[in-house]
Amino acid sequence: MSDVQAPNADVQRFLERLSERNASRAESQGPEPTWIAARRQAGAARFEAMGFPHRRVEAWKYTDVRAIARGDFALTDDASFSPATAAALTLPLEAHRLTFVDGVFSAALSQLDELPKGVALLPLSQALAENHEAVGGPLGRLTGVEFSPFSALNTAFMEEGAVLRLAPGTVVDKPIVVQFLSRANEAPVMSHPRILVEAGARSEATVIEHHVGEQQAANFTNLVEEILLERGAILTHYKLQEAALSDLHVASIHVEQGRDSRFTSFNLNLGGGLVRNDLITELNGQGAEAVFNGLFYGQGRQHVDNHTLANHNAPHTTSNENYKGILDDRAHGVFNGKVVVKRDSQKIEGYQSNANLLLSDRAEIDAKPELEIYADDVKCSHGTTTGQLDAEAVYALRTRGIDEQTARGLLTLAFAGEVLEQVGLDAIAERVERAVAGKLPERFNLAGLVETAAALDDTAGE
Amino acid sequence: MASQEMEQLVRREYKEGFVTDIESDTVPPGLDENTIAFISKKKGEPEWMLEWRLKAYRQWLKMTSPSWAHLDYPPIDYQAISYYSAPKRDEDRPQSLDEVDPKLLETYEKLGIPLHERAALAGVAVDAVFDSVSVTTTFKEKLHEAGVIFCSMSEAIRDYPELVKQYLGSVVPQGDNYFAALNSAVFTDGSFVFVPEGVTCPMELSTYFRINERNTGQFERTLIICESRAQVSYLEGCTAPQRDENQLHAAVVELVALEDAYIKYSTVQNWYPGDEDGKGGIYNFVTKRGDCRGDRSRISWTQVETGSAITWKYPSCVLRGRDSIGEFYSVAVTNGRQQADTGTKMIHIGENTRSTIVSKGISAGRANQSYRGLVKVGPRAKNARNFTQCDSLLIGDQCGAHTFPYQEIGNSTATVEHEATTSKIGEDQLFYCQSRGISEEDAVSMIVNGFCKDVFQELPMEFAVEAEALLNVTLEGAVG
Repeated sequence: MSDVQAPNADVQRFLERLSERNASRAESQGPEPTWIAARRQAGAARFEAMGFPHRRVEAWKYTDVRAIARGDFALTDDASFSPATAAALTLPLEAHRLTFVDGVFSAALSQLDELPKGVALLPLSQALAENHEAVGGPLGRLTGVEFSPFSALNTAFMEEGAVLRLAPGTVVDKPIVVQFLSRANEAPVMSHPRILVEAGARSEATVIEHHVGEQQAANFTNLVEEILLERGAILTHYKLQEAALSDLHVASIHVEQGRDSRFTSFNLNLGGGLVRNDLITELNGQGAEAVFNGLFYGQGRQHVDNHTLANHNAPHTTSNENYKGILDDRAHGVFNGKVVVKRDSQKIEGYQSNANLLLSDRAEIDAKPELEIYADDVKCSHGTTTGQLDAEAVYALRTRGIDEQTARGLLTLAFAGEVLEQVGLDAIAERVERAVAGKLPERFNLAGLVETAAALDDTAGE
Repeated sequence: MASQEMEQLVRREYKEGFVTDIESDTVPPGLDENTIAFISKKKGEPEWMLEWRLKAYRQWLKMTSPSWAHLDYPPIDYQAISYYSAPKRDEDRPQSLDEVDPKLLETYEKLGIPLHERAALAGVAVDAVFDSVSVTTTFKEKLHEAGVIFCSMSEAIRDYPELVKQYLGSVVPQGDNYFAALNSAVFTDGSFVFVPEGVTCPMELSTYFRINERNTGQFERTLIICESRAQVSYLEGCTAPQRDENQLHAAVVELVALEDAYIKYSTVQNWYPGDEDGKGGIYNFVTKRGDCRGDRSRISWTQVETGSAITWKYPSCVLRGRDSIGEFYSVAVTNGRQQADTGTKMIHIGENTRSTIVSKGISAGRANQSYRGLVKVGPRAKNARNFTQCDSLLIGDQCGAHTFPYQEIGNSTATVEHEATTSKIGEDQLFYCQSRGISEEDAVSMIVNGFCKDVFQELPMEFAVEAEALLNVTLEGAVG
C-alpha cells in the first residue's frame, strides 16, 4: 500500500504551527518530560512521512479531507464562552462534567464537585502536572502514531483532554459528561484533545462525549480517545455529535476489553460538516462483549464517515453492531464495519447490521460491512440494506387516515427510533429523536408534531 | 470422411507455421515491444491489431501490480516468462493413456469422465481422440446454419476484422487494470462468438469442443457478442483437473449484450492448485466483464472455482440499458493452501436495472478465501434493485473466510440488500446424518452440496452433475 506521499505545503503548514506551539510552550512552561517530547517528535515525523490521507488509501476511499488539509487553523489558549449560550447547549442532565472550549479546559463551565470515592476525573494537563508517569503508561498504548496521519498529528500536538480513572469496584451513578464547545472564532482554530479512560475491575460508568457549539463555528477537532476496561468493567459510551454544520471533526475511539467486560457504544451523529469516526474494540479476554449502536443523519452537504472494527482476539467473545443512517439533500454517508476473528479465537459471535435511508437523489451512501475470519467455530453475519420505506407500512398508516407524506415522516422517525430505543438515558433519546424529527424535510409535515412535543415538555417542566 | 477432416485440422496447424522449427517458434523469456511484434507476426495479424497491442503494452508499463487483494504471493517476474510458445507437437505429447500420470487418471475416474474424453483432457495426441473431433465438425455445421460465428480469436481477427475492431476492448479497455493491459498486449488466442439478431444459439457453446485448438495458453481473450434478441449459453473450462506448465494466467473475457439479448456464461475452473505446500500452483488473474448495452438485456455469470493456487477474479456487469439484468452465481472452494479473492461488480447505470449476487464460499485446510464485491447505483439508475447473499462455510480451524462488500449508492429509489453469514458445518446437522447411518464424509458432502444448491441450479444440467462430483473430490481429506 502506498499511503506515503511527498511532504507538501499542507503538511508543512501544520508542522510550522507545531514548532511555533512547541516554542511558545517551552517559553511559558519550561521543558516537558522527555517521553512527551519524544512522542511529539515521533508523531510529527510520522505525520510528515504519511501526509494527509488521500482517496487512494483504502480507509479514506470515500472521505476527502482536503477541507482539513487546506485549512489554516490556529491554536488557542482562550476558554472564554458565553455562560448563557453554554447553559443552553449543555445537556440537561445531573452529571459530572468536564468542559473544553476549542480544546481548552474551562473550569468555570465544568462540574467536578461531589465526585464519588474511587473516581478521578480531571483535565489531562492537571493529570500530567500531578504525575505525568502515571499518564505516560496507558496513554498511546492503544492508539499510536501508526494508526493514522490524524492520530500522529494528535500525538504531536497533544496538550489537553480528559482523564477518567475508576478504582476497582466503583459504580458511578451519575453520567460523566465530557463536553466540547466549539466557538465561532474570527479565524478557525484546531484542537487535538485526548481522552483516557481507565476502568478498574468490576467498575461501572456512563461516559457522554458531547460535541456542540455556536452556529457559525468552523473549527477542526482531532480527537483521540483510549478506553481500557479491566476484568468485568462495564462502560456505556455515548458520542453525541451536534456541532455546527461547518465544523470539521476527526476522531478515533480505541477500546481494550478484558475478561467479561462489556462496552456499549452509542454513536449519535447529527452535526458537523465533515465527521470521521473510527471506533475500534480489542476483545482480549474471554466473555468480553461489545455493542455498537449508531445513528447518523446527514443533510445539506454534511459528510459523515463511520468506521468500526471489532477485533476478536480471544475465544468466547461477542460483538453486536447496529448502525442506521438517514441522508437528505447532498449529504454523503460512509459506513465501514469490520469484524476480525483471529486464529484460534473459537466460539465467537459477531453480528453486524447496517441500514440506510436516502431521502434525496443527490444523497449518497457508501457501505462496506466486512468480515475477516480465521477460525471455524464462529457465528458471524452481517447485513446491509439501502432502500426506501416499506410500501406496506406506508399503506397501513394511510388506511388509518394519515396522509402519505406524514406516514413517510413517521416511519422515517421510527427507523431512527430502532436505535434510540436502546438508549438508556431518556434525556438523550428524546433530544435526538426530536432533533431528527426537526431535521426531516418539510414535506413530511412533522413540524406540528415536534411543536406539540415541545409544548408538552414545557408544561411538564412547569 | 472423418479422417479427411482430421487431416485438415492437422494441416491447419502447419499452415499457421506452428511446428517446423522449434527454435523459431518459441521466444526467449522477456517482454518488450519486439516480443509483441513477434507474437503479432506469428499470428499473421494486421497492422491495426499490432498497434492495439502496443498501445496496451505502453499503458501496462506505467501501471503497477494491484496489491489490494487479500492474497499473499511472491512478486511475479514478468521478464522471466516466455510469452509465446507453439502448441505441443503430437509426437511430444503422451501417445496413449498409459503414459499419463496415474494420479490424474484416478481423478478422472472419480469424476466419472468418459474414457475418450480422458485422453483428450490429458493432452494425448489428437489422432488418439478421434471421436471428439468428428463431434466438433458436425457441431460447427449446425452453428453455421444458424448464422452463429464461433471460432478462435485469431480466426476472427483474420475473417471478421470489422466486428473485432468494433467490439474488442469496448468492455474491458486496454488500460482497465494491470492484468487486462498485460493480456491485451500479449494475448495469444481465445474464443470469439457472434450471435446475430434474433438468433437463439441452437446449442450450448463450449471451449471443450475447441480442444484441438488448445494451448491458447496463459493469456486467453474471449469476446462474445449477442445482437438484439439473440441468446447464447457459453461454457468455459471443464471439471477435469488441468495441468499447465504456465504458472501465470491472465485472461480477459468481454461480453456485449444488445437489446433484449441474453448471455449466460458458465465457468468451471479446476486448474492445478499446487502441492501440499502450495508450490507450483497456477495463478489465475482474470478480468471478466459483461456490458448490458441494450434495454432489457441480461447477462448471467455462473462459476464454480475449485482450482488454482491463487484466484483473482471479479466477473462484472455494467447495466447500461433500461431494465437490464445482471446475475452472478458463484461457488468457490479452496483447500490446502489455496487463496481466492473473488466476487463481482454490478454497476447500475440505467433505470429499473436489477442484479442478483449469490456467492457461496467454502474454505478448508489452510486456505483463505475472500468475497469482494461492489454494487454501485448511479444517480440516474432509478428503481435499481440489488440483492446480494454471500455465505461462507469453514471446514477446519486453520482456514479463513472474508467478506468485503462495497456498496456505493447515489439514488434514493434504489433498493440494495446485502446479507452474509459465516459458519462451520453444524454439529447437529452432522449428527442427524450420522444417526441415520450416513458416514461422516458422505454427510459433509451432502451438507456442502446443499449449501451450494442455489448456484448449482443455475448451471447447465451436465455441468451441475460434474460440479457436484468435483466438489467432493476437492474437499477430499478436508474432514475427519
